[in-house]
Amino acid sequence: MTDSQAASDPTLAVTAAAAELPPELEAQSLGQYFRAWLVRVRSGDAGVLPVVAALVLVLVAFSFLNPRFLIPYNLVNLFEQSAVFIVLAMAEGFVLLLGEIDLSVGYVAAIGGAVAAILVQPAYNCPWWLAVGAALGLCAAIGALQGTIITQLRLPSFVVTLAGYLSWYGLLLLFLGNSGQAPLNSDRIDGQVFIHGIVGSSSDPTMTWIGLVVVVVIFGAVLWLRDSGRRRSGLVAPPVGLTVLKILLIALAGFAVVYICNMDRSFSANPVVGMPWVIPLVIVVLLMWTVLLEQTWYGRHVYAVGGNPEAARRAGISVSRVRIIAFTLCSLTAGLGGILYASWLGAMTTNINGGQYVLYAVAAAVIGGTSLFGGRGRALHGLLGGLVIGAINNGMFMLGFQLQWQLIATGLVLLAAVTIDALSRRSATSGVLTHA
Amino acid sequence: MLGSEWMSRLASNDPKDEVMESMTGTVGLPESRPQEKARPDSAGGTEPLLKLRGVSKHFGAVQALYMVDLDLPAGQVTALCGDNGAGKSVLTKCIAGIHPPETGEMHWEGRLVHIRTPRDAAHLGIETVYQDLALADNLDIVQNMFLGRERLSGGVFLNEDDMERAAATTLASLKVTTVRSIRQPVATLSGGQRQAVAVAKAVMWNSKLVILDEPTAALGVAQTKMVQDLVRRLKDHGLAVMIISHNLNDVFAVADRIAVLYLGRMVAQDSISAFDRQNVVDYMTTGESSRSASGRRA
Ligand SMILES: Nc1ncnc2c1ncn2[C@@H]1O[C@H](COP(=O)(O)OP(=O)(O)OP(=O)(O)O)[C@@H](O)[C@H]1O
Ligand SMILES: [Mg+2]
Repeated sequence: MTDSQAASDPTLAVTAAAAELPPELEAQSLGQYFRAWLVRVRSGDAGVLPVVAALVLVLVAFSFLNPRFLIPYNLVNLFEQSAVFIVLAMAEGFVLLLGEIDLSVGYVAAIGGAVAAILVQPAYNCPWWLAVGAALGLCAAIGALQGTIITQLRLPSFVVTLAGYLSWYGLLLLFLGNSGQAPLNSDRIDGQVFIHGIVGSSSDPTMTWIGLVVVVVIFGAVLWLRDSGRRRSGLVAPPVGLTVLKILLIALAGFAVVYICNMDRSFSANPVVGMPWVIPLVIVVLLMWTVLLEQTWYGRHVYAVGGNPEAARRAGISVSRVRIIAFTLCSLTAGLGGILYASWLGAMTTNINGGQYVLYAVAAAVIGGTSLFGGRGRALHGLLGGLVIGAINNGMFMLGFQLQWQLIATGLVLLAAVTIDALSRRSATSGVLTHA
Repeated sequence: MLGSEWMSRLASNDPKDEVMESMTGTVGLPESRPQEKARPDSAGGTEPLLKLRGVSKHFGAVQALYMVDLDLPAGQVTALCGDNGAGKSVLTKCIAGIHPPETGEMHWEGRLVHIRTPRDAAHLGIETVYQDLALADNLDIVQNMFLGRERLSGGVFLNEDDMERAAATTLASLKVTTVRSIRQPVATLSGGQRQAVAVAKAVMWNSKLVILDEPTAALGVAQTKMVQDLVRRLKDHGLAVMIISHNLNDVFAVADRIAVLYLGRMVAQDSISAFDRQNVVDYMTTGESSRSASGRRA
């Protein structure tokens, strides 16, 4: 290539200067980052900002309508109630990322809760870890079975998991037998005490503060070291301001949650303080699934299969293996959600509305920002969407609205979320079409 | 850093590129790849890197390929021509392991091979730029370039820093400078940028055969010339290249050999001197040519 060509062609002239990295690689300011963020929004990925805004809006609205909404008792209660939605939404997220759906999560969760609860009944008296392990193992096996049927027989996941929905409900009725329930309220059986205590008992307030500091310091250090390291080596990294902002937000949110949990929330002379164990548990699951999806080869392949299965196949990725593992992880996580449900209720019963829970799980994931069309979503979306649904249910209950109104409100929020999802997808696709 | 090492070799032909390489931090003078001397075969000619014999493939009632023979010699560019629907992309996919052929044999470096999956093809050293590009829109440029071959640390975790550096080096040496960020989702790229990413993805690996299915269809003038230069550099480094193009200017600019498919049959295959534009068009549109450029018929 000659110099005269380079001079006459602007694209080449720029290059000749030295193959410098594009400006975004060295984005230094929040402003520049914001512009890059706008690019992402236009591609249909608005991030978590809309759902965080929605969550704040819901919380503010309910606290205006009912001052008791914000008392510590209710807020902790809200976290506890939302935990099941959150975990089920994270479960559903795995298959939504592939552009599939799992309608069975509600009753798979019920199976998980039931097996754990049954194994700590006096008749079996298993230690908690065995009961929980067996429950999660069975749920994972259910997921692997459904995933294998879907991929090997090439059936739509919708239909296979609908069959699962019915079968696992039947299995639940079989498991719980005539009594239709397995209580967890004995304080003499260790396993029951443990499972009931996941939601029912709390950590020591001082230890909670120490735990918060440790978590924030570790998280801040990891984030800071990673981002500053990437900035130093000229890789694409968020500007310093954004890294600091993220760490501050995490610290602030953590502080608020611990502060609320450590306020006395009893209505009697005996104070009730501390963080219910379910909160750190949900955070651990969030971290695990975030790392799996965003930092490992498996997660990368999940996004690839969700975005373009044919491209994934041509890249040598075993698409069926990715799918089967995703359905397995979905059911495994659902099983954990079921154990949280049993813990919260203090028993496992056949009254669990698995049908409604699966809809809430899909709704929470989509409200959080996960796309129904596959390829876009994060574990964090389950947390945020689950909190929105939990807040709506809790707030409307506090205002004296009956179940029917809660359902209608949640339905409208879901509709809004799906509309945003479809609109952003349409604009992204039409963008590609105009280019092609 | 396999990819960037390879890219520095690619860049070694162009003195300006060497400057660029040193500026982007790739260390060491590019060593020149030992020219792969093709082995002489029994007929006294040379054994092609990939040899197809009697390859057939059908989809339902459509016979997409029928008894196709094709030679892809190392160090040469073979242009595959043919009208729409002639079977060019299907042939590409047969070689890439996406549609294994029903009958026929493939010989790689003189050895009978069965390419059943894309992974088999990659292991042999075959890289393909597909006509539809095969990019995941929701992933960014780096993620797409390393898809299925992610660099890991600890066997599980993605080594993003390494991958990003290698991708940046490759894109820079291909002079793909118009993308706003190497971390933007492919969905936000223009058609030409997507094609450039797909080409970069294929040449980043230390491959022996590169197949380009209409790599310049959506490219601008400068980028088309880039791809042509790249094709020449690949061949100078001893790789076999197969390029599919409807643009006969492209074909005559880079090809050493031409093969013409007509309704799934290989109707002509010879060195470029045996063809001129008119008889290539004849072969493409009618499957035969009454006139010949130098009196030879395939
Ligand atoms: N996956 C498939 N299933 C069914 N038929 C197919 C498939 N792929 C290709 N074909 C058929 O095989 C024939 C050859 O198609 P191919 O894509 O190879 O054409 P081509 O030469 O690449 O044409 P173009 O220049 O338009 O890209 C066509 O008739 C096409 O309809
Ligand atoms: Mg084609």
